Amino acid sequence: MRKTFINTLIDLARKDKDIVLITPDMGFSVLEPFFEEFPERSINCGIAEQNAISLAAGLALAGKKPYVYTIIPFLVERAFEQVRLDVAYMNTNVKLIGIGAGFTYGTAGATHHAIEDISLMRTLPNMTVCCPGDNNEAEQIVRQSIENKGPMYIRIGRHNRGIFDNNKIEIGKASIIQEGKDIAVISTSNMLPDAAGYCKKLEAEGRNPYLISMHTVKPIDKTVIEKLVNDGVEIHTLEEHSIIGGLGSAVAEVIAESGKGVKFKRIGIPDTFSHYIGSQKYIKEQFGLYFGEEY
Amino acid sequence: MKNSTLREIRKTIVKMVHKAKVSHVGAAMSVVDILYTLYFDVANINKDNITSPDRDIIILSKGHSSAALYSVLYHKGLLSKEYIENYSIDGGSLPCHIDKEKSPFFEVSSGSLGHGPSLGTGFALAKKMDKNSGRVFVICGDGECNEGSVWEALMFASTHKLDNFVFIIDYNKFQGFGATNEVIDQTNIAQRVQSFGFDTLVIDGNDLNELKTALTHKSDKPVAIIADTTKGKGVSFMENKLEWHYKSPNDEQLEIALAELEEKY
Repeated sequence: MRKTFINTLIDLARKDKDIVLITPDMGFSVLEPFFEEFPERSINCGIAEQNAISLAAGLALAGKKPYVYTIIPFLVERAFEQVRLDVAYMNTNVKLIGIGAGFTYGTAGATHHAIEDISLMRTLPNMTVCCPGDNNEAEQIVRQSIENKGPMYIRIGRHNRGIFDNNKIEIGKASIIQEGKDIAVISTSNMLPDAAGYCKKLEAEGRNPYLISMHTVKPIDKTVIEKLVNDGVEIHTLEEHSIIGGLGSAVAEVIAESGKGVKFKRIGIPDTFSHYIGSQKYIKEQFGLYFGEEY
Repeated sequence: MKNSTLREIRKTIVKMVHKAKVSHVGAAMSVVDILYTLYFDVANINKDNITSPDRDIIILSKGHSSAALYSVLYHKGLLSKEYIENYSIDGGSLPCHIDKEKSPFFEVSSGSLGHGPSLGTGFALAKKMDKNSGRVFVICGDGECNEGSVWEALMFASTHKLDNFVFIIDYNKFQGFGATNEVIDQTNIAQRVQSFGFDTLVIDGNDLNELKTALTHKSDKPVAIIADTTKGKGVSFMENKLEWHYKSPNDEQLEIALAELEEKY
């Protein structure tokens, strides 16, 4: 998905001379093609995330279209106040590209896990939050980001499990991958392949599930959720993110304010750090978040 | 050093904080000569060029001294009297910390310390990329230099040879709990900044001639100006007194302050 991002950005940068790529010294073996083609628009500002964000905001205020690329905990959490004030509050046209969604960097440990970012970014006024579930969604979201003026966070993950959403998608609109009847599986980011596996499990139990990719968590697609509630459809949300404040919370808010009730379940990371040692798949399994083809 | 404009600017500041009963008058009085020299004498900023990419950029990173910026812009004719009268009141026009939405002459919002230098390097780099003229002036407090993000920006500016970037420290020697150098020792701040690759000047930051010389100094490196100032400058009972980081003058103190300013400037 990182390669999809950079290839799409290169394509955009060929047409738009104001696109600038900023990295706080991260992205080795991914960003080089951009550096080579646009050296004057490639800025490695050193391991200084606060400066990366505010520098990008300054460039944006002067008319540039900066994309800041690094690992999520350093982008979102290390520099959160810079994001809050210089990107969100000042409503600058800065795109934040967060790498390593959820347990993508599983073996690296909790310093590198990204499990609170959706919650944090969702709470910031003016911020659009996109979490593509596969390379098809990632390419379309990055391509649309240039038209989406203002602050935007794109959560990039990693999986080699294929394309699960072949739809033409639109930022802010849920993508209905499979129509169902009595239950809806709503997924975001890395969980899309697992959501497909989870649907197979439900089908084996005799259920008839919708499969919905909520690639945009903010603004959340209320219309789709409210329709499910009106139709009395049970809803399960899947996210490789803390159970607090992410997709599950966003969907729960819509259900709670709809005036109606449906059966509802959040599937995500419980309120804990991972001390497990192992790969993304292994850690997901420990938290009950891996649903493979075996179901 | 009689200067009727600067006298009126200082009087407006004291009247604003008195009326609104807000803090930070000491910081406004130390930085105001820097802002006055920039807006009235050095910087290329006016009503007609405020959207031009070639204009100079001024960033008051120490946003708590906003009253000084507001007063300077008002006396320059860039903010209305109504705005000044509605400073920091319910439903007012100007907040204690700068909100860029309130005027096109506020290049950035500020109030949280240590953001201005990085924002400024962004403006300066954009000018370089597009071959636009104009310089970028960023004003920080000496206490503000405790923030690590300030130094991240300085490293970046010298690495990228941003000779259009001017970093100014309002060295008034006081911060939250007392003397700056007792909280975090920065007595050699000029050497520190110089060692980060800046062409560094140390001046009297309340002296208009020295300010003009320094602010027009051109170099092939980014420029730093350590402006040695007096906190509360111009009002004897406010000068070098920590309490005026927090207090606002009462009616009697206002009258004394205005009378002193009338005499001195």
